[in-house]
Amino acid sequence: MIKKPRFLDKVAKQLRALGSSDNGDPDRGLLLFTNTSDVIKAERALKKENLEISVKGPPPSVRTGCDLAIEFDLNVALKVAHILAEHRIEPLNIIPIKDVLLEPVSLFQTKDYGEFLMVRAANMKITIRKADARIVNISGGGCPDVPYLADQLVGKTLEDCPPPISIGQTLCGYALHLAYEELKRSCRC
Amino acid sequence: MSLLIVGTVPSEGVPVVEGTCILRDGQIRIGHYEFPVNRGTPALIAFACEVARLFGIDPPQALLAGDIGKGDGSERVYSRLCDTVSNREQKFIVFHYLMPDVQWLGRIMIRVQDLAMRPTMIADAGFMYVAKMGGMAPEFDLFTPDVGEMAFLADDSAPHPFYTRGFLLNESLRIPELINMAYQNENAARYLLVKGKVDYVASRDGIVAEISEPSIENMEPIGGTGDSLTGIVSALIASGEDIQTAAISACKINRFMGLLAKPTPAWGIKDFLPFLSNAIQEAENCP
Repeated sequence: MIKKPRFLDKVAKQLRALGSSDNGDPDRGLLLFTNTSDVIKAERALKKENLEISVKGPPPSVRTGCDLAIEFDLNVALKVAHILAEHRIEPLNIIPIKDVLLEPVSLFQTKDYGEFLMVRAANMKITIRKADARIVNISGGGCPDVPYLADQLVGKTLEDCPPPISIGQTLCGYALHLAYEELKRSCRC
Repeated sequence: MSLLIVGTVPSEGVPVVEGTCILRDGQIRIGHYEFPVNRGTPALIAFACEVARLFGIDPPQALLAGDIGKGDGSERVYSRLCDTVSNREQKFIVFHYLMPDVQWLGRIMIRVQDLAMRPTMIADAGFMYVAKMGGMAPEFDLFTPDVGEMAFLADDSAPHPFYTRGFLLNESLRIPELINMAYQNENAARYLLVKGKVDYVASRDGIVAEISEPSIENMEPIGGTGDSLTGIVSALIASGEDIQTAAISACKINRFMGLLAKPTPAWGIKDFLPFLSNAIQEAENCP
């Protein structure tokens, strides 16, 4: 049974509030969630529907800790709400974007160890054996899903392992996923 | 030794576990619980246990719970620590893999600040992130960041290493500049041990030591080499060494373990434990 989309009401109220405010009619909104795991699930669901969204750092006034948020086009707010309701994901809030948002790290570093190849994204590193693309190590990071992700991924090949984003819960897990994607790109070259 | 290690283990369903740590057969035992020494807090504990044994001091105590990243175990640990920190005997506390949470940080720090004898506080991993984000970094005695985390400490606007601005991660920006930025912005502990190709030990007064030898390239990809370093330095401090001396010694010991072990990038951190004793001796002989 599909969860009653309570968030639809919330979105409607928020949109009305935005329309009556003097915020200069912002055209981008930010979805805030109670945890990073929900952000990751929401990103996956929204991207699957080809919505133009991006993962950003929330403004300082609403940060609580290990935070991610989703920036989206307010013109498709109701569609976003429907998709999230369908996936039983309920955001904590929706806010107009007034601040400059933090961009996730986009710089990758690749290091060739001969038999092995390592890619770093932000504070996360993933290393494979080139011969069979088997993950031999994961290092860096500080959130508690890092040791769990390492347990789940080390020893598996890039093809066989679950994408880190599917079992990760935090920003470190998300950074590891970026490194994993970059490594897959490097292997295809 | 009155060293308390606070962190998490990567399993669901592990309740709050508290007690003396024993390293046996490649496992950490606390009460009737056993945890493998792969990486993370169990790796930190393993190396602290082994240093404690070699230096003839009491093994560390630990306060842990299972957390696979959902934050539930971290919350249980925060809560227990909050309830007990005022009555604890430990003079040294290491904070490790915990879900960053500024509200819990605040609650714990209020209690710590009320103590007649404030413990020496070392932070690594998630708790270092939240200490910086919560504006409490100067309250800590030692942070042990890697290069990416050093850039995060230097970046006043970053709440997590994931958001560190690209120019700060650029290799051309030297670590001493990042250290200086972190201290200027009050985002550093009393001492920093920055682990990397060159290890730096620094205080507000500047760099106090650079350790670059022996250099073992294959150590970087191995998960847990930072945890081993934090475990070693914590146990050395608990054994009576001052923070600066302990940090320099720990960097050398970690590097000599690599030299003696000759690892490949596919090694696990527990494979280094048999080399720790000789590495300590080599480090003592190294000027």
